[in-house]
Parts: sequence; C-alpha cells; structure tokens
Amino acid sequence: MDWLNALIQGTLLGGLYALFAAGLSLIFGVMRLVNIAHGDLIVLAAYLGLVVTSAIGVHPILAMALVVPAMTLIGYALQRGLLNQTLGDDLLPPLLVTFGLSVILQNGLLEGFSADPQKLSAPGLETASVALGSISLGVLPLLTFGIAVAVIWGLQWTFYKTSLGRAFRAVSDNQDIAQLMGLNKRHIFGLAMALALAVTAVAGILLGLRTSFDPSSGGGRLIFGFEAVIIGGLGNLWGTLAGGVILGVAQTIGAKIDPGWQVLSGHIAFLVILAIRPQGLFPRMSG
Amino acid sequence: MNLSDYSVTRTSQSARVAAVLGAIGLIVLIAAPWWAGRADMRLMSELFLYLALASLWNLMAGYAGLVSVGQQAYVGFGGYMLFALTIFGGLHPIAAIVVAGLLGALIAIPAAVLIFRLRGAYFAIGTWVVAEVFRLSFAQVSALGGGSGSSLPVGIVKSLASGRSARESLSYWLALGSAVLVIASVYFFLRSRRGLALTAIRDNELAAGSLGIDIWRTKFAVYVVTAALTSLAGALIFLQKLRISPDAAFSVNDWTAFVIFIVVIGGIGTIEGPIIGTLIFFLLRETLADLGTIYLMVLGVVAIVVMLKAPKGVWGLIRARFDLQLFPLGYRVVRPTSKKDT
Amino acid sequence: MPDPLLQMTGLDAHYGDFQALYGVGMVVREGEVLAIIGANGAGKTTLMRSVTGLITNDAGQIRFKGQDISGLRADQVAELGLAMVPEGRQLFPSLTVEENLLIGAQTGRKGPWTLEAVNALFPILKERRAVPATALSGGQQQMVAIGRALMSNPELILFDEISLGLAPIIIRDIYAALPGIIGEGMSAIIVEQDISKALSVSGRVYCLQEGRVSLEGASATISREDISRAYFGIE
Repeated sequence: MDWLNALIQGTLLGGLYALFAAGLSLIFGVMRLVNIAHGDLIVLAAYLGLVVTSAIGVHPILAMALVVPAMTLIGYALQRGLLNQTLGDDLLPPLLVTFGLSVILQNGLLEGFSADPQKLSAPGLETASVALGSISLGVLPLLTFGIAVAVIWGLQWTFYKTSLGRAFRAVSDNQDIAQLMGLNKRHIFGLAMALALAVTAVAGILLGLRTSFDPSSGGGRLIFGFEAVIIGGLGNLWGTLAGGVILGVAQTIGAKIDPGWQVLSGHIAFLVILAIRPQGLFPRMSG
Repeated sequence: MNLSDYSVTRTSQSARVAAVLGAIGLIVLIAAPWWAGRADMRLMSELFLYLALASLWNLMAGYAGLVSVGQQAYVGFGGYMLFALTIFGGLHPIAAIVVAGLLGALIAIPAAVLIFRLRGAYFAIGTWVVAEVFRLSFAQVSALGGGSGSSLPVGIVKSLASGRSARESLSYWLALGSAVLVIASVYFFLRSRRGLALTAIRDNELAAGSLGIDIWRTKFAVYVVTAALTSLAGALIFLQKLRISPDAAFSVNDWTAFVIFIVVIGGIGTIEGPIIGTLIFFLLRETLADLGTIYLMVLGVVAIVVMLKAPKGVWGLIRARFDLQLFPLGYRVVRPTSKKDT
Repeated sequence: MPDPLLQMTGLDAHYGDFQALYGVGMVVREGEVLAIIGANGAGKTTLMRSVTGLITNDAGQIRFKGQDISGLRADQVAELGLAMVPEGRQLFPSLTVEENLLIGAQTGRKGPWTLEAVNALFPILKERRAVPATALSGGQQQMVAIGRALMSNPELILFDEISLGLAPIIIRDIYAALPGIIGEGMSAIIVEQDISKALSVSGRVYCLQEGRVSLEGASATISREDISRAYFGIE
C-alpha cells in the first residue's frame, strides 16, 4: 500500500512538473528558444504571489488573478524588449542572454527578499485531504494536478483551435512566409512568451503553496521542467504531462527508498530514458 | 602588381611582439614568489585558475559550438578526486591532481554519450543535469563528509612541500602552470588539423560536413579533453581552498556563470578573449565586490549588453580597431609594401 | 499622370559580399500584368524579397500606391495590399489546407476573396480542407498557395516561379486560371523561367540579367532575338 501511495503522490507531483514544463515547451515550439531563466521566472511568480498575499491579504489561489496578468505583461515586454533581439541562426545569443537574465533575476530576488526560504500559506488548503480507502490524498496536490490537466488542455486548444494558435504554428513552420502573410513575428513571439509566463505564474503560485522557495530555487525548477519535456517528447503537450508524471513518480519512489535519493532518482530516470529513447516517449508525429 | 608579390603568412608583427612580451611576462609571473605578497599570490592563483576554466569553456562554446552550463560537474569532480585520492588512495597531491584529470576524462565519456543526444540548446541543460547528478551523488558519500563536506587533512597539505612559503609558491606555480598548459593546449589544438576542422564546423556546419569531417567525433573529443583539463583545474582550485562541500564544488554560479561572463565580456571564439575577460572580471570584482548581489546583477547586465551589442566582446572591439592578433591562428595575405596599389 | 501602383528605383541588394541587384528600376501600373523573366541567379527572387519587405535594400526606393515601403517589414507591406505566391509554394506543414487559407486572411483586408470564394475557385480544396496542406499533390498545393495569397485581397499579387516542379498539364491549368484570378481589379507580377508562359499572360515584360534590367517591352511585340540576348547575355 505504501508503494501505491508513492505512485499516486508521484503522479500528482507530476502535474506540478508538467506546469513547469509547459511554458518551456511552448516557447521552444514556437520560436526554438530555450529559456535558461525559465525556472527563475517561476520563482519570480512565487514571490509576486507572496507580495500580493501579504499586501492585500488574499488567498494565494486568488492572488493568481493579479500574478497571472502581471507575468503575462512581463512575458510580452521581455520578449519584445530583449529576447527578440537574440533570435536567429546562432544558438549562443539566446542561451547566454537568458543565462544572464537568470543571474540578474536570482540576485534581484536576493536583494529584494533575502535568502530566507519563503512559503505561501493557505491554512485550510495545505492540510486538507480526502481519504481514498487507506490512502489519503492531499487536496492541494489534487488541485494542482487538476489545474495542470486544465492548463495543458487549454494550451492544446489554443494551439489547434484558435487563430492565435494558427499563427503560432505558422510562425514556427516558416517565419519568412508567415511574415509575408501579414503576421508580425516579433508580436507573435511576444504573445507566445506572454502565454508561457501566464502558465509560469500558475506554476509559481502552486510551487509556493507546496514547498518553500528561495531566490536560488529556479535552477532546479528549470531542470525538472526540462526533464519532463524531454521524457515526454518534444512538441507534444500531453507527452509533457506524461513526462512530468514519470519524473514525479521516479522522485517519490526514490524518496521512499532513501529520502536523500528523491531528486537524484528523478535525474536517473531522465538519463535512462535519454539512453534508451532519446526522442522521448511520445514525440510529435510528423506530418 | 603581380599576384606573386603577395605572400601568405600565419604570423604577424603584432604576434611576434606579443610572443616576446608574453615570454617576458611569463618569466615575471614565474618569479612572483620573490616579488609578490602572500595575498597577491593567492589572488593571482585564483585568476590563473579562472583563466584556465574560461579558456576551456571558450574552446567548447566558441569553437565547438557546445554550450555547457554544467562545467561545474568537472570542477567539483576534480576537487573531490583530489580529496579522495589523497585521503583514501594515499597519493601525493600532485599525482592526485594528474589522476583527477584522467578520471575526469573517463567519466566524461559516458556523460557525453548521453547528453550528445540532445540538440543545440537542450544540450546546455543536459550538461546541467549531469552536474546535478554529480552533486547529489557526492552528497551521498558519507566518507567524504556527505552534504556538509570535508577538509583536507593537515598531513596531506604538509606533504605538498616543506614549509609554508614553499607550499604557497608551489601551489601558485601549479595554478600558473595550469593556465599556461590550457592556453597552450587550446592554441596548438586549434592550429592542428582537428582544430582547423573545428573552426570550419563553427563557421559552417553544412560545408564542414560535406568536406567529410567527422563532426560528431571531433566535438566528442573536445568535450572529453575539456572535461579532463577542467577536472585538473578543479583539483587545483580545491587544493587552494583546502575544504570541499557539494554545494561549493558544484556551484553553477562560481564555476559556470562567472566563467561564461568572463568569456562573453572578453570575446567568445578567440584565444585572447578569455584572457582579457579574466582581467576585467577580477578588476570589477576587486572594485565592486562590496556591492554583493548588485555586483552580480551588474555583471549579468554587462554580459547581456555585450552579447547583443558587441557579440565579439572587448577583444573583438580592440581587434576591429587595431587589426591585432596575438595568437596567430589564421593565415593572412600580406600585400607587398614596396609598390603602390593601382 | 497618377503615381504607378508600384515603382522601384535604383535598387541594390547584397548577400554578404555578393551583390545580387544593381540599380534595378521597374514600374507596375494599375490593372497591369507584368512578367519578369531571367535565368537562374539573375536576381528575380532577390527582387521579390525586396518588394515584399523580406530583405532591406542597400540603396534605392520602392513605392507602393505612392508610399515609400522600402523600410517596412514584410507584414506591414502585406497589410498595404501586396501578396506573394512564393517559389516552391511554401505551405505551412503544421496547418491544414483550410488553416493555410485562413492565415492568408490575417491582414484583415476586405474584398471579394473569402474562404467561400477560394473554395468555389478550387473546389478540391474544400473537399480536402482538413488534411495537412503538405499531404496534397503539387498542383493542389499550388492552388492552396494561390488561394492563400488571394485571401488577403491584395491590390498587387506576385507569382514567383509558379510552374516550377509541376507537371506540364497542371501548369497549363494554372495558367488557364490566371486571367480569371487577376481579372478582379488586381495587378500582378509573374516571375518565370518559362518565357512563353510568362509572355502569354502578361502585358509587359522585364528581363533581368546578372542583377540588372537588360530588356523592357510589350509582351506581344517583343522579339525572340532580343529576349534571348537579354536573357543569356550573348550576341
């Protein structure tokens, strides 16, 4: 029963990792950009949640109503103001600029909030649980997983059923021709980053509710998100959710063997999948 | 004017002057124990080790197109190997440093096999995962202090050389020697056939591929050799620090962020860039370090601005203005000076 | 005399050290079908990329409807009513047939061309609207590319090498359909290597040779000898 419990907790944890990954996946899909600062932006969102909850005393979940639009605006501004200038055939500028951004964000947060770990508190929600036979499921992990499924469904719908998604795919296919059709790729990229950071905002708040965070937490979140993307297969959002679940399960099972092994066993699961199936478990079908 | 009046040469006036000045400078640096104070020597040692790390990262990112944000894996690995080999293997520290380099190469092979499956930018994050795996694994080794780390026993430190000043001189020379070794290796490698192939890859992967150059194998070799020399530098770094812990050994800020800033600011894809970048980095650090986190933010902003506005860095700006090349890598056509151009 | 619809003067373009265009000047009048012919590498595609705003020129000016468009981005040029059927069709592989057509309407320009009108012109596209565009045959893909350009209701439409890589019978069909398409108050530039096809549908022709205009004249009266001289640069 303990193992089944670990499996279920890991699956629910995977929802959070899928949320870390979804923004990364979206950005890569639309503009082939790998954002090294992605994890730090998740942590930034958690801090914004902290500021909102302590300033106006609302529940962290409600704080999303402010943090999501804020991160959306930050995303658009960041893309138009900085990241668009790095895009081109050369790999180095986007990597190094987002790396620089990561260092700036981390130290900016350190300057503003100190290195002390923080947590978003939601007294009722953190401890609430429902019993399923002998297994007790936390309401927060359940809620997180539900939100992850909803977000991924929403992204999938946006991508394949709306004119914005059509524009995303067109720009991703061929930037020049998309531009000829009247799509301003700089604006489209801005919108893609805005959407990615909206998802990041949700991820950041849920992260802050689940565990404590500090300015240096970003790197780890980037890696978890990245591992979920690669495990699931590039370009497949449902695959990303599956990748997050696999990573989460590997971590909870590792932690069950030895608490020190939690994160390490997640990395090992990732490396094993990379060794035996480098294209990921569910790569996007071609054509 | 005839074509035959032109000559092709690899060297240049500035390169010859640089070679002479470099030799004099090296002699002055070797003599530092007789003219520099203890604190200055420590600072210079650290500078040389950063120069070695920066030149290695530059070889990977600037020439082989392998952008790593996980070189701390090998810095930390080298450091831990120094501790393990001297404490449990009974090796002399200098022997342990060499063996640490060899082991670094050995462990880099399986790591490379795995992360070379990741394309482009995802390769970068893959290198970070490897570094994290190393960090978490060494944190599990209780013999080396687990998560809290351990110190190098006094007996081992004393076995390096007798007397404190002799030890400090030796440790300084080792740091200087590692920087010279790395820069010389990079320089001669880039002048070799394989090195030329690497430059060809960087300049045009398609063309280089069609010339029959085995791109993958060359990049693989660069990764493994870089890992070996980075481990060596890591062993030296922790010989200076005398204390190691997983967080310090595998710090992404200390061993990768700073190194990237050095190379970007100095000028990526040139041998001179990391040298200039290291000097600028230490100059900034010695003057602005009191600012703490603000200093790091400034460094990040400077690196971004350089990357966007002057992607060839400070050395690129200098070279554009003065047509200098201190390390003659390319060939150049020299126009005869006796006759006038028509 | 009113401004011509499109006027290029003294256009230069470079790719690195290679100069592709040397002081090219051309005029397209309202309602006119213009052909641009030239051998491979004569600069035709570079010229199209200049006009549509995909590359910026080192010198010269492009005026469209009296407005200087030399510095505009491709999407801004498209919004002014200039559309292109690109060489090699260049459909979006991740988009279905219908989505490819709808992307063409992105500029929001109103006019006779709607999804229904394009589907009426090429009924097969309606039938296959839900399949990925690149799953179609070459000729059908060309229909999508033409329909996609029409969806923006352009005032000037550029056809870049539309016969390239297609079977002769398909080329014949497409050229047969062209007058009907262009007839709706549109002007057109047809870039072709197939000289007789280009002459058959155009009113005037320019020939490019090594980045320069080597010949200009009325399509109906221009002599074969002049063309081959201007085309190949041999006497």
